[in-house]
Amino acid sequence: MSERPTSATPVPGPWRRLRRAAAPRATRAQVLAGVLCAALGFGVVVQVRQTDTSGLADLRESDLVRILDDTTERGDRLAAEVQELEATRRELTEGSDRAAAAEQAAAARAREYGLLAGTLPAHGPGIVATITDPGSALRSTNLIQLVQELRDSGAEGIQVGGTRVVAQTAFADGSGGVLVDGRPERSPYVVTVIGDPSTLATALDIPGGVRETLRSAGADLDVQQRPGEDGVSLTALHAVSAPQYARPASPQQ
Amino acid sequence: MIAAVGLVVGVVLGVLLHPEVPVALQPYLPIAVVAALDAVFGGLRAVLDGIFDDKVFVVSFLSNAVVAALVVYLGDQLGVGSQLSTGVVVVLGVRIFSNVAAIRRHLFNA
Repeated sequence: MSERPTSATPVPGPWRRLRRAAAPRATRAQVLAGVLCAALGFGVVVQVRQTDTSGLADLRESDLVRILDDTTERGDRLAAEVQELEATRRELTEGSDRAAAAEQAAAARAREYGLLAGTLPAHGPGIVATITDPGSALRSTNLIQLVQELRDSGAEGIQVGGTRVVAQTAFADGSGGVLVDGRPERSPYVVTVIGDPSTLATALDIPGGVRETLRSAGADLDVQQRPGEDGVSLTALHAVSAPQYARPASPQQ
Repeated sequence: MIAAVGLVVGVVLGVLLHPEVPVALQPYLPIAVVAALDAVFGGLRAVLDGIFDDKVFVVSFLSNAVVAALVVYLGDQLGVGSQLSTGVVVVLGVRIFSNVAAIRRHLFNA
């Protein structure tokens, strides 16, 4: 930076003036300025160090009060947050408990519906009815009557031959036998039923009932009751296909 | 030059000795330092104005520091210490800025 005397700068120029003032001379002004500047530098360094190391002990009373206020407020806020989070956690725990209960209930219902829909194998006390029809005189109506009679008397699961009887099961006459859901069955027809054995057996024996009808048609009905733990097993399953036309309707209000 | 040397000597002394500030002085030292800074910039400006006077410099330096500290002390006694020290720092800051601006105009014509 060189001296640039212009109309605005007083003569002699500021740089020269600065240089002259800075020239080391043992004048009283120089010495005093040096001493005071030393004091200033000392003070600055001391204060900087003090600021670096100062903890709570160096603070004023008002600052301490403010810090205490801040800390208290912060503590309150955090405590409120803790409460909120604990409430959320409680909600979530209870929610998962409820979800587990709902899952159990849903599984139980699925088992029930599986039995009803014939998609699960079933076991229980019941009867095994065997129809021997040497003359192939049995018609589908006889089987339908049999099934109706069994349902009437509280049958909870019915299997004709290798077919589980469900709501959709259809009986039709075939050549030399009966078609159950399109599957040909022949004599002897074995009908396995779960339900109260004596009630079921009695229902088939009522006058003018299934047994008499079959006998008049030339077929013979043999009923074995299987009460207790042994019981009977329904092993045939009904394959459920997704409904093509039916849709759930919203319940009427 | 001697002033610059003195500044360096003071810094070195502070680093080497790192003395503990007495508790009673702790609130007032920073204010005094800022006031002294103001006096130094004022002196520099006076040099460039060609009106530097050693007596004025010494007196303004010492009185600035002492008065600033006293004002803050008084504020502490009155219960407005922190507000008053803020006020003193603002005033001194404004003065430092105006002095630096004058120095800048002298040296760089800008």
